[in-house]
Amino acid sequence: MSGWETVVGLEVHCELRTRTKLFCSCRNAFGDEPNTNVCPVCLGLPGSLPVLNEQAVELAMRIGAALGAEVRPSTFHRKNYFYPDMPKDYQISQYDEPINVGGHLDLPDGSRVGIVRAHLEEDTGKTSHVGRAGRIHAADYSLVDYNRSGVPLVEIVSEPDIRSAAQARLYAAELQRVLVATGASDGRMEEGSMRVDANVSVRRAGSPVLGTRCEIKNLNSLRSLRAAVEFEAARQVVLLEAGDRVAQETRHWDEQAGRTLAMRSKEEAFDYRYFLEPDLVPLEPDPAWRDRAAAAVGMLPGARRSRLAGLLDAPGPSQADQIEALIDQGLDDLVVVAVAAGAPAALAMARAANELASSMEAAVAMDGGAFAALVVLEGQGRLTATQSKAVLAEMLASGGGDPVAIAAAKGFESLPDDALRDVVGGVIEANPQEWSRLCGGEDKLTGFFTGQVMKATGGKADGKAVAAELRRRRG
Amino acid sequence: MTDPAPLGRADVAHVAALARLSLTDDELERFTGQLARVIEHARDVAALDVGDVLPTSHALPIRNVLRPDEPGPCLERDVVLAQAPETEDGRFKVPRIVGDAP
Repeated sequence: MSGWETVVGLEVHCELRTRTKLFCSCRNAFGDEPNTNVCPVCLGLPGSLPVLNEQAVELAMRIGAALGAEVRPSTFHRKNYFYPDMPKDYQISQYDEPINVGGHLDLPDGSRVGIVRAHLEEDTGKTSHVGRAGRIHAADYSLVDYNRSGVPLVEIVSEPDIRSAAQARLYAAELQRVLVATGASDGRMEEGSMRVDANVSVRRAGSPVLGTRCEIKNLNSLRSLRAAVEFEAARQVVLLEAGDRVAQETRHWDEQAGRTLAMRSKEEAFDYRYFLEPDLVPLEPDPAWRDRAAAAVGMLPGARRSRLAGLLDAPGPSQADQIEALIDQGLDDLVVVAVAAGAPAALAMARAANELASSMEAAVAMDGGAFAALVVLEGQGRLTATQSKAVLAEMLASGGGDPVAIAAAKGFESLPDDALRDVVGGVIEANPQEWSRLCGGEDKLTGFFTGQVMKATGGKADGKAVAAELRRRRG
Repeated sequence: MTDPAPLGRADVAHVAALARLSLTDDELERFTGQLARVIEHARDVAALDVGDVLPTSHALPIRNVLRPDEPGPCLERDVVLAQAPETEDGRFKVPRIVGDAP
C-alpha cells in the first residue's frame, strides 16, 4: 500500500425516530410482526396519496443544524427502479433540491470531513433471502416485510475527504453520536437504524486526480466498514500495480469471507429516471421553524469532549479514552456537576469511568449531587479510595443515598493522623528485616508495608497518607 | 438550447427495457413514431420565450402540506397478504432476485 492514498466518501442512511412513517400514519417500529404496520400508501396501492410527516422534517432539520448545513426549500422526486423491496416501483427521495446542503463533521482526531448534503427519503421494505446460507446470489426465493417500507430516512453524503479505513470508522462513529445527540436517531447499527455505503478509490500519493471508485453497499457495523474499506483499497492497489483498471461498480461486503464481491446488476438499473413527485408539494420550512429545530439539538459530542478535556490540565492518552467512554455512556454530565461542586476532575472521571460505568443502569439514575459529594469526600482525603468505592457501590445498589451517612454506617471514619503514625510504627517494629530492606532502597516494599497497615486498620488508612508516613520515617 | 438528436428505435427500446415492457418489432416501430411526435410537441413548448417566468416545481401555489406524527390505523395483515400470489411466514414470497437492489 505504500505510495498509494485511499480516498473514501461515505453515504450514511439514518432512520428517524418518528412515531409514524414518512408519508403515512403507519407506526415506525422495529421488530413488530411482519406486515402489520402497512397501509395502501406504503404498499403502493393505486389511488393512495403520500402526506409528509412534520416530525420527520423537524428531525431532518436538526441533523442539518448539527452538521452546520444550510436548510433550503426542497422538493421530492421519484427514483424509479424495480425491486421487490419497493412496492411502488419507485422510492420517494430528494434529488436536486435536498433539504440540507453543505456542512461538515469534525472528528475526535482533529480532522474535518465535508458534508455534501443530508436529504429526506423513505426506507424500503426488508427482504430475507431463503435458501443456501441466506445469501442473495444463492437464494431460492425471498420473503418481504413492508413494515420498514416508508420509514423516514435521512441520507447524509460526505465529501470524499476521508483518507483511511480508520478515519472512515471514526467518521461513522462520530456521526452516530451526533445523530443520537440530536434526538433524530437511536443510531443502532445492529437494528439497521444506521447503514453505511462506502465509495472507495485509490490514487498515487500526491496525485490530485481521483481514481475510479467502487461503492460498497450496506455496511451494518463499524467493524465491517473499516474491514471493507481496508480490503477494497488493497484490492484496487493490487489491480493497478498489475497494470489493470478498476471497474466502477457496486460491490457487496461478504462478512464471512472478509472480502468485497461485485454485485450482478443490469446496466440500465442505474438509470433511475428521476422526476418530480407530482403528489407532493414543495417544502419550505419558515425561519422560525428552522430556528426551533436547531435549538432542539442537544449538546454535541465535540462540545462534550472539549468540556471534559477543559477540566483537566493536560489529558493523558488514558484520560482521552476515559473522556470518549464517558461521553458514549452519557456519564459526562455527572463529572461536570461533581467538579463544579469541588471534586478533583481526574478523580471524578476515574470514579465515573470505572465504578459508575460498571453498573450503567443505576449510574444513569444516579443523583448528581450525591455523586459529587462522594468524590469531594475522597478528594479531601476523608475517605480512602477503597472506602470511597465501597460507598459508591452501596449508592449504586440502593439507588442513591447520602455518602456521608453511608460512610458513617460502614464505620468509615478516617484514621486520625497520630493513630496512623502509631500503626505504621507498630508494623515497622513487627517487620524489621523488611524495613531495613526498604530503607536500603527496595522501594517495592512500600506496597508490602501499605498492605500491612491496611490489614491492621481494616482498610481505614489512606494509602497516600501511609506512603507519606513511610517516607517521613525513612528520612 | 440546441436540439437533441431525434428519437430513434434504440431510445424507445431502452426506455421500454427500463419499464420492463417487452415490445415486438412492430410495436417498437409504431411507438417510436408516436413518442417522436410527443417529443416534437414538447419542443414547441421549449421554443416559447419564458425568460420572465419563474421556474416552478408544481402546478399548485401550495407549500408545506404536512401531517402530525400521529399513528393511525393500518390494514389487517390477512387482508394484505390475500392480495399476494404467494406468502410465507406472514411475508410476501417473491421469486429469486437476480442482481441486487440498485
